[in-house]
Amino acid sequence: MLPLLVFLGVTFLAPLGTMLMRSVHEPVVADALPATLAALREWEGEGSPPEAVYEAAARELGAAREARTLGQVAGRVNRLRSGLRGTFTRTAGDLEEVTEGPWREAMAGMDSAWADPGTWHAIRAAGERFTARHYLNAVDLRRLPDGSVARQPEERRIYLPLLWRTLLVSLAITVFCLLLGYPIAHLIAHAPPRRGNLLLALVLVPFWTSLLVRTTSWIVLLQTQGVINDVLVAIGLVGDDGRLSMVYNMTGTLVAMTHVLLPFMVLPLYSVMRSIPPLHMRAAASMGATPAQAFRRVYWPQTLPGVGAGSLLVFILAIGYYITPALVGGSSGQLISNMVAYHMQTSLNWGLAAALGALLLAGVFVLYLLYDRLVGVERMSLG
Amino acid sequence: MTGARIGRFAHLAFCVLVFIFLVAPIIVIVPLSFNAEPYFTFTEGMLRLDAEAWSLRWYREVLENEAWTRSLANSLVIGISATLLATALGTLAALGLSNPAMPARRFITGLLISPMVTPVIISAAGMFFFYTNVGLAQTHLGLILAHATLGMPFVVITVVATLAGFDRNLTRAAASLGAGPVRIFRTVQLPLIAPGVISGALFAFATSFDEVVVVLFMGGLEQRTIPRQMWAGIREQISPAILAVATFLVVFALALLLTVEWLRRRAST
Amino acid sequence: MRTDPLARAAARTFAHSVARTSSYAAALVACLAGHAAAQSITAVSYGGSYQRASTEAWYEPFAAATGIRVDVEDFTGGLAQIRAQVEVGNVYWDVVDLNASEVTLACDEGLLEYVDAEMLPSGPDGTPAEEDFAPGTLSDCGVGGVVWSTIYAYDANRFPGARPETIADFFDLEKFPGRRGMRRVPMVNLEFALLADGVPAGDVYAVLDTREGLDRAFRKLATIKDQVVWWEAGAQPPQMLADGEVVMSTAYNGRIFNAQVLEDQPFVIVWDGQLLDINQLAIVAGSPRVEEAMRLVSFASTAEALAALGRRISYGPARASAAPLITTHLETGVEMGPHLPTHPANMARALRRDWAWWVDNQDALNERFSAWLAR
Repeated sequence: MLPLLVFLGVTFLAPLGTMLMRSVHEPVVADALPATLAALREWEGEGSPPEAVYEAAARELGAAREARTLGQVAGRVNRLRSGLRGTFTRTAGDLEEVTEGPWREAMAGMDSAWADPGTWHAIRAAGERFTARHYLNAVDLRRLPDGSVARQPEERRIYLPLLWRTLLVSLAITVFCLLLGYPIAHLIAHAPPRRGNLLLALVLVPFWTSLLVRTTSWIVLLQTQGVINDVLVAIGLVGDDGRLSMVYNMTGTLVAMTHVLLPFMVLPLYSVMRSIPPLHMRAAASMGATPAQAFRRVYWPQTLPGVGAGSLLVFILAIGYYITPALVGGSSGQLISNMVAYHMQTSLNWGLAAALGALLLAGVFVLYLLYDRLVGVERMSLG
Repeated sequence: MTGARIGRFAHLAFCVLVFIFLVAPIIVIVPLSFNAEPYFTFTEGMLRLDAEAWSLRWYREVLENEAWTRSLANSLVIGISATLLATALGTLAALGLSNPAMPARRFITGLLISPMVTPVIISAAGMFFFYTNVGLAQTHLGLILAHATLGMPFVVITVVATLAGFDRNLTRAAASLGAGPVRIFRTVQLPLIAPGVISGALFAFATSFDEVVVVLFMGGLEQRTIPRQMWAGIREQISPAILAVATFLVVFALALLLTVEWLRRRAST
Repeated sequence: MRTDPLARAAARTFAHSVARTSSYAAALVACLAGHAAAQSITAVSYGGSYQRASTEAWYEPFAAATGIRVDVEDFTGGLAQIRAQVEVGNVYWDVVDLNASEVTLACDEGLLEYVDAEMLPSGPDGTPAEEDFAPGTLSDCGVGGVVWSTIYAYDANRFPGARPETIADFFDLEKFPGRRGMRRVPMVNLEFALLADGVPAGDVYAVLDTREGLDRAFRKLATIKDQVVWWEAGAQPPQMLADGEVVMSTAYNGRIFNAQVLEDQPFVIVWDGQLLDINQLAIVAGSPRVEEAMRLVSFASTAEALAALGRRISYGPARASAAPLITTHLETGVEMGPHLPTHPANMARALRRDWAWWVDNQDALNERFSAWLAR
């Protein structure tokens, strides 16, 4: 058992730990500008900082340029105050020609941003080795220079709405899966064994088929000149100009994800339904219950464990989904995972990506515990 | 009575629609992969069943394209290695977990299965940071370890399920007849759990063979796998060659499914 | 931790299969190490027909001439991947093809190696490289490759009546309804928005430099936001046009040209408001194969190599001596001149990208743009 736990520790838990660490630990600026940050501690926060700060900054910017870490430092400060990336890199280049002070005038002459206290507030904030900044950002908050916490300006509040959207979309997909999955699970569970197996195979085919293949198929089906639109035009339901936009938007995400996750709903429902003796329904009928009554009072309550297991599993998988929304979601069908990927790969705001990831992970963890309590993780259905 | 019949008919009709929803997307790409034109839609010629509108052009292109053949080799190497590792470790874990004396069983089970429900974007991000630190990014070994981690929960689940129906008296009987633990494992336990182990291995292989996010974050040009190549294809160089590969993957999925079903039936009789 | 004796036995049985796996992996690692020692470098390009053209014009002849294999990876532009590689200290790209503002930005950040223009080959007539290259195509870290432009194009079959002719038509949903394709970056789109809003080409950057001007550009973009399909890879616009996913799309001019001549697509390029840009080849800082990378950069920047590219895709050369060598399209014999962005007939209302402005504003605008998209 031990070697296995060590394996999992190294290949899985250590990576997750590294990621969580990234969300609070930002050593780059602190490592590159130690003297500047030390000198800034003397500064009251009003007006320009003392000459010692400028001198240290000039020296350390040059050193960072030499060490080729300037871009990383500038990028991190830039996140707290847009435009400072250019200020940093240009000034560091210009400073190569300057050998002696006074540094304040020299730097302010190169870029007026150096005379602005806001620049130094940003450097001071970016220099915190351990920071809660990324978590604040992840819930659309920010810390003001005086240390208080405030909401982000309106146009930058994007993560909370996105989290809501992710929850709502996942909920919608769970409901769709239940609506589509319940009747067919019922059909399969109570069909004669041969036909039941055949129908079960129809559920399992998509389950085993590559996710990328299924997503590609949906593009082929849903696109403007795709199969579904062609059929709708051919039967005259929509005009050739009125073709529906069903992919590269939220519709694409909903349809494709419902398809991808449906088997995870059907399988637990099926295994629960199969264990319900048909005798119960017949007994209810013989006691004068209408089919609807028998279903509501006798059958449905017995399937609740399956409904719970399937819904939880679908919901857990849906809130962390990345590939399908990335390929068919366009810009309106993106979920929180896509934002994590964006900050990992494009904006390189790894701290924020890690913080968003940690929030998502916490959500999944709670649901997973719930699943374990209600169903037992080792009974997860695999078809 | 007629009401019930209408109800049953509606149920059946609804189910037919759902089954079409499930299977149609997978079937539709098969004919499209024989498109003679470089686009993703049915051409008029194809609908008229003109022989000229259909072709094997994209299959030829895939087979002749070094990028695809190399990615197939990578997928197989990484998939098979990760499967062996995941199966070995996962079976071991399942055997350990099936021992009632095992401490903290519930906790360990939860831990072992967690890679399966952790959003893959998070695992991939963490692995990118950690594996880069230890020099395993852009290596086959790194991807094999990562994929083995993602595939292992499937092995644990299937083997635990098989062991649940396993009568421990059999091992006790074998022991009383003088068989050592190794012998017991090989002659008594292994044959009985073999179907579970093999299904788990197939699940683990399918997981690796379909995994794209970790490869996207950690793999270089040398580690391109089939899904990674498809990803690039869908997002960047769109071509029906993807549909040809997709058709191949559908056939492959059917083969895996039939094998697993066959094993399951064998195990249950 | 106590373990079941059976599990331990199983461990032993599996030990050899694990051993087999690890020896397999070890063999793989060894094979890969051998790979790295072999002469090969990684060049990064934009996929699709441009990548095909540059592979045929530069990378394959280079491999044939030097024995150094070039593996070509595709990306969709931007500095993110280079920044990430340099930051984590795992550089596996060697030569990158970037636009001029990205080269300047990356150079200042220390992401690229310096390139000495004196080491570049002279033109066929002996003109030194520094004079032969057009102004702005050589920089501290980059060597000019191609002059290209972003235009918008439409499928002629979709407009039987009036056809779009100006950049303003692209933003006119009433006159020309239907979905549009646009690249998922602020660059180019903001310029197009202002041009369409009536700002003269010469004033675009001055207007963008003000807060009101930027807001105006975003407001103009917002008028068509609901109808925009965003693309990332250069290969997508011709595909989206051909599939009818959009009725018109911004695109790189060479991609549309290749779809016109090689696939007979009825696409029409609208040159009005075209945005000219320059791409340069650069070497990623910390690449373990700097020397080979430098050889590739000099090879690709010869007049012959630039002309070889220009005869495969309609992008103009960065050096003067290559221009007369670009005669006809290699595969179809089409006269290249009228299809190049720099052809006088196409330049009537052309805008040159202001690299310096984008160097300063790129990051802030990328952020604003992605927030704008997410809302």
